[in-house]
Amino acid sequence: MASLFTDEDETGFAAAERRRSAEHESFLSHRRFFWAKASGGLALFVLLTYLLIDVEPRHNGGSWYGYTLGTLGLGLIVWLAWLGIRKRRPTPGSWSLKGWTSAHVWLGLSLVVIGTLHTGFQLGWNVHTLAWALMMLVIITGIYGITVYATLPARLSENRREMTREQMVESLTMIDRQLEAAAQPLSREDTDCVIAALEQDVFSTGLLGRLRGPDRHDATRDALDRISTDRAYDRDEDDLAQQKVRGLLGRRASQIDQIRRQMRTKALLEIWLFAHVPLTIALLAALTAHVISVFFYW
Amino acid sequence: MIGALAGYPLIKHCMNQGYDVVEFISGNTELKPADEPILVEKFKDLPGKRSTEEWLEFLRANVGILNGMNPLQMREFMLSSDARAFKRGEVIFERNAPGSSLFGIAQGSVAVEVDPDDPSITVPIGQGSIFGEVGLISGRRRGATIRAAEDTIVVEISRLGALKLQSQVPTAKDAIDRISIERQLLQLFGSGLTSQDVSELVAAAEVISVPAGESVIEEGAEDKDIYIIRRGSMIVEKNLGGHPAFLSYLPAGSYFGEMAVIDGSRRTATVRAAIKSEVVKFPGAAFNALLERKPEIRQRALDDMAARREVNDFIESRKASFGGAVDMYSQTAQFLLDNGLGEATDVLLIDEKLCVGCDNCEKACADSHDGLSRLDREAGRTYAHLHVPTSCRHCEHPHCMADCPPNAIRRGPDGEVFIDETCIGCGNCQRNCPYGVIRMDAKPPAKPSFLSWLLFGNGPGPGEASYSWRKKAAEGTEVPKVAIKCDMCSGIEGGPACVRACPTGAAIRVSPERFLSVARLEEVE
Repeated sequence: MASLFTDEDETGFAAAERRRSAEHESFLSHRRFFWAKASGGLALFVLLTYLLIDVEPRHNGGSWYGYTLGTLGLGLIVWLAWLGIRKRRPTPGSWSLKGWTSAHVWLGLSLVVIGTLHTGFQLGWNVHTLAWALMMLVIITGIYGITVYATLPARLSENRREMTREQMVESLTMIDRQLEAAAQPLSREDTDCVIAALEQDVFSTGLLGRLRGPDRHDATRDALDRISTDRAYDRDEDDLAQQKVRGLLGRRASQIDQIRRQMRTKALLEIWLFAHVPLTIALLAALTAHVISVFFYW
Repeated sequence: MIGALAGYPLIKHCMNQGYDVVEFISGNTELKPADEPILVEKFKDLPGKRSTEEWLEFLRANVGILNGMNPLQMREFMLSSDARAFKRGEVIFERNAPGSSLFGIAQGSVAVEVDPDDPSITVPIGQGSIFGEVGLISGRRRGATIRAAEDTIVVEISRLGALKLQSQVPTAKDAIDRISIERQLLQLFGSGLTSQDVSELVAAAEVISVPAGESVIEEGAEDKDIYIIRRGSMIVEKNLGGHPAFLSYLPAGSYFGEMAVIDGSRRTATVRAAIKSEVVKFPGAAFNALLERKPEIRQRALDDMAARREVNDFIESRKASFGGAVDMYSQTAQFLLDNGLGEATDVLLIDEKLCVGCDNCEKACADSHDGLSRLDREAGRTYAHLHVPTSCRHCEHPHCMADCPPNAIRRGPDGEVFIDETCIGCGNCQRNCPYGVIRMDAKPPAKPSFLSWLLFGNGPGPGEASYSWRKKAAEGTEVPKVAIKCDMCSGIEGGPACVRACPTGAAIRVSPERFLSVARLEEVE
């Protein structure tokens, strides 16, 4: 027993205790906005030196100052891109992806200042400006990402109502099965309507379909409109069957809406990555071309 | 049949004993029992040359709670226990270390460091007595560091062994109960009390078990007793404007009911069990008599009381101005307790105001543990954007441990409940877990490396591989299904991968007594 609890393990408890009492902060406010302050300070420092240092004949990427900013920017870009590797490799060690994301977000924003001042505002139609433009695009998509990460998760949680993806789809299957049985006593035209609703593939609508979200007019809503409360069959027992189908169609429509809303929110949370990541790779390629050409024509 | 007559409970033992008898009759007088080598191994590091029989007798005679056993029971008992020798000054266990074993002192004595800030203040425990009983009963971490005061021989009784001992030997149970009540009293009020001081209280103490949800004291009642929580946990509530407002969470080892005892008032709040619990009830008069004799203890109790009053007043004052926040706080607390936080030691929560649903927690979990995730982020209950995913709560008294044939589920050095490699895949733990956090699955084959996935698209990529990939990759090999569950990434530097791998800070692991505190009310506001 004594050997089990040496000083080394004591740090284990201490670490566990610290972890459990760690303040619960989001990636933006991580360590009381440490990275926001660091990156703000860095951008301010770069801006001040840019204004105070007199480079002859004018500010330019090829001056000693321009090279300094360029090296800093290049280092930052490569390190920022490394987040993609970091998040997919849960190696041991006391790193926190939240800390990385926080640094990624704030330092990435500071690149607007560093990268732009590196150009000395000498922009043109060439590979150098291409790299700058790609960098700005990556940052803009990133800003969109921060915005949706900060605003959408609560909506995702509310719409889910404690259901998992599988449960939502299962619930729809269940409603469909009941609907099929319940629609049997209906008239031929009404049954066709229900069958059309059941046969329609409501989810394979591609990216645009995902983004359009719920409250769409589809076969289910058409059927609901047709077998609406406005009209009633002459005989009561027929109306009972209708009522049942109407109720089930209503449940089906709201279940589809929940899934569509979930898909849209998820799509909004993910779509920017399909621009952010390829643009980053293009940026790395353009940067390579930019650096090589600069040294080639030195 | 011979074995059965000797009182052994299992066929295995009876067969062994039958074999011994037959061998003896056929003239083999040198024969040692089948368990002899195991016992020899257990005693080999102890100082002093004694035979196995002598050691067993030595422990039986010297440790009070073992006195009531016969040699046969003693043999059986030692198989699940350990005898250890400690040099003077050596640490036996440290404060806050997890552990649920019970120790009996066979020779020598130990010193308990009652004050965490000053190790020189110690209370001795002498030969024949026991220690470590608080961890055994409450399932909580050790309350104090214990050192050997001289060269000492102790017997360490595993949780299972101690439970068996208590059920088989009634005198042992009584002794453990009495000592634990006395110790808990002494520990609560720190130094300055001796066993003589509390003997009257201990004699009048009564252990009461309380089913989950039942109240021990009711607000406004006039009873005058004081309680200590022996196991389980309690919640304190106050009726504010017709709704019960959550005031605080009391883990095992805390006391309550002192306010009415000290100032003679009515009960100011309701205290009810968060989970199935056990409390020790002391008559208020005896407690008051103790406070009369000991002014410094009285002062301490008054200080504690003032602190609790402050929490009550704070929440009441908030109720007037931020009624919604207090209701929200109470309902969130109740929601978390309904989801097992009352018996948890370390639980994963997800703040759904931050969770983007990337499932990186699940992926990191799978990649840190043989490619299988031990948590299901999406499943589980949610209240006010606080989500309790399907993941182990590391209960104080783990339900999964209740019926594990190879005894493969244990508590590790950081408090984690884990399943070791002796698991036979019977699935008992999966059925016993009320939170559904244990899954039965076969360890999948190794995936191609991360780089080869990244650059060439080999393999399924980060996270748990799909069932079809696992099935295809494992073709031809037979891997048995075993029980797998969260081990809190024990032994992995940096701690739980789920929390480390969360990009937004949504995943947090908390202990209930820290999370269910008033600080949360300010957060809600």
